[in-house]
Amino acid sequence: MNETVSFLDREPAIEHKPLMQIERLSTHYPLRSALFSRRAGSVKAVDDVSLTLYEGETVGLVGESGCGKSTLGRTIIRLEPAHSGRIRFEGDDITHYTPKQLIPARMRMQMIFQDPYGSLNPRMRIGDMLAEPLLVHRLASRKDVRREVDRLLGLVGLPASAGNRYPHEFSGGQRQRIGIARALSFRPKLLVCDEPVSALDVSIQAQILNLLQDLQQELKLTYLFIAHGIGAVKQISTRVAVMYLGKIVELADTEELFRKPRHPYTQLLLNAYPPPDPALRRERARVILHGDVPSPANPPSGCRFHTRCPYAEQRCRIEEPLLTENRHAVACHYPLE
Amino acid sequence: MGELLKVERLQIAFRGDQGETISVEDVSFAIQPGETMAIVGESGCGKSVTSLAIMGLLGASGSIKRGYISFLDTNLTAASEQQLRKMRGSQVSMIFQEPMTSLNPVMPIGRQIEEALRLHLKSSRKEARQSAIDMLRKVGIPRPETIAKAYPHMLSGGMRQRVMIAIALICQPKLLIADEPTTALDVTIQAQIIELMQTLQAENGTAILLVTHDLGVVAAMADHVAVMYAGQIVEAADVYTLFRSPRHPYTQGLMNSIPRLDAISGGRAPAIPGQVPSLHEMPTGCRFHPRCPYAEASCRELQPELMETGDRHRVRCWLTETSEADQIAVHRDTRQKVAL
Repeated sequence: MNETVSFLDREPAIEHKPLMQIERLSTHYPLRSALFSRRAGSVKAVDDVSLTLYEGETVGLVGESGCGKSTLGRTIIRLEPAHSGRIRFEGDDITHYTPKQLIPARMRMQMIFQDPYGSLNPRMRIGDMLAEPLLVHRLASRKDVRREVDRLLGLVGLPASAGNRYPHEFSGGQRQRIGIARALSFRPKLLVCDEPVSALDVSIQAQILNLLQDLQQELKLTYLFIAHGIGAVKQISTRVAVMYLGKIVELADTEELFRKPRHPYTQLLLNAYPPPDPALRRERARVILHGDVPSPANPPSGCRFHTRCPYAEQRCRIEEPLLTENRHAVACHYPLE
Repeated sequence: MGELLKVERLQIAFRGDQGETISVEDVSFAIQPGETMAIVGESGCGKSVTSLAIMGLLGASGSIKRGYISFLDTNLTAASEQQLRKMRGSQVSMIFQEPMTSLNPVMPIGRQIEEALRLHLKSSRKEARQSAIDMLRKVGIPRPETIAKAYPHMLSGGMRQRVMIAIALICQPKLLIADEPTTALDVTIQAQIIELMQTLQAENGTAILLVTHDLGVVAAMADHVAVMYAGQIVEAADVYTLFRSPRHPYTQGLMNSIPRLDAISGGRAPAIPGQVPSLHEMPTGCRFHPRCPYAEASCRELQPELMETGDRHRVRCWLTETSEADQIAVHRDTRQKVAL
């Protein structure tokens, strides 16, 4: 396999090293029949997914709810146990690290959540909250910790005075800035951003996206950007992976994926977003993806999308298509041209 | 054709720990029978409060301080609770963002639909049951006879929203208020629900008041749009005019900050700086001036009125009076070109 790839056409000179390699990863949740708590099979939330994140890039991960995108994000930083497969981070296989072994790796991979309010202690001042982990992990001495907190607040565009205030005194956008500051306190390499802007107002979303882009440049960060809002994904991602029922069905450079989607699911998903232009509404009314996502506990045979696919044929019901290994990867027997 | 709903200079206040706060100020609009009117704005702009006021659902702490709401020539602001009860569910009904919290978790779905019929139209149990099943079929629920006996937790989010729509439309109301009807749904399901609402609207001639923050949904559904900011309407126009030539700097900012699928990736979104003011610390003058790139001295001191600029296009901005509005439009065009 090609270990280094230049993924930015605009800067062909830069070669990128893989930061995280996900190989044939699966995450299963046991299903229990309610009354007797017996195991009644399992939900394959993430099923045999391979993906490499290169240093400095942003991979957008999109799909409907329940497709496994959040589970994938949580599994690769070991917040959920992997059922099978391998996770390599900076070359080390961390799949089976003990909690103690994980500590140094964990500092270098952090997560940003959708609702920062839920993850901020309401009784703690922001400054103390940011200082605590720095002191616990001896990343700053008591003497310097104040300066380090101010630096973090400055990074995310908050005044130093914010450190003396409590979470409820901040707006949603500011809380997300605090969540980002906290994730940055360990000087991580990888940030898993799980729907970081979807709870925010439109005008604030743009501010946070811009901030994430600036921080990436400044701190050489790598992002896995999980979102259902396709506009944000398009703006921030270098590559985009589309998930459906636990599988990656398409993976390509952002421009390419949006211009020429090859999987019928990607095409219909992109088509579902109403364009912000009333003049286009007639055009769009023609193709709508019908039906609901099938239950991941009992996914359809063959290609998992065949039950909703307008182009499905006999072969799709029987044989599961594999994700191709080229630059524009697609898992479909009859990809669109 | 007369107006179905008319809201005139509405002011709504809430009592709280910090005294009274005005959350909606000087809001006027009208809805014609069968049309879709959208109120769009960010959280806290007063869009949901306005729609709750129409239903008479402001609760104990909220009250209409000034202005009036008339529906089919009845003044709702002076109506008794009994009159409102009769109207809700039969003439005007409402669907909310999260269908799970507005459905009764311990009652089969069919019975929840029948309830409205039995109450408002005094249908017999048998008639009501049949109409409920027909309605479920109409909103695209497969196997309606079986699903009518199911409980809300057994359905997906999209199915629940279809059930909510069935309940809301079973008495064929003249007006449907839809408060963020698709926000909690996946985008593929959102497209299905928009299509469903439009089909049913065309069949029954129901007018829709759509309350949302999503300009994509507005572009897909609305005939007329009112943009709200900090409790006031800042711009109102027909949907084509609003999207083609927005004149208020806030509307322009909102339009520019939608990440567009046709833009090049890796670019930056033109964000509106700052944040929505709190109701307790409303800026003087124009409420948008602290975030407005074109604000002048007069904007800081004097509050602009919502002014008619021709053809049902209303704008609350001092700059629209002068030729500078055109300069703004030019400015925006060049910005878009740069972005492309």
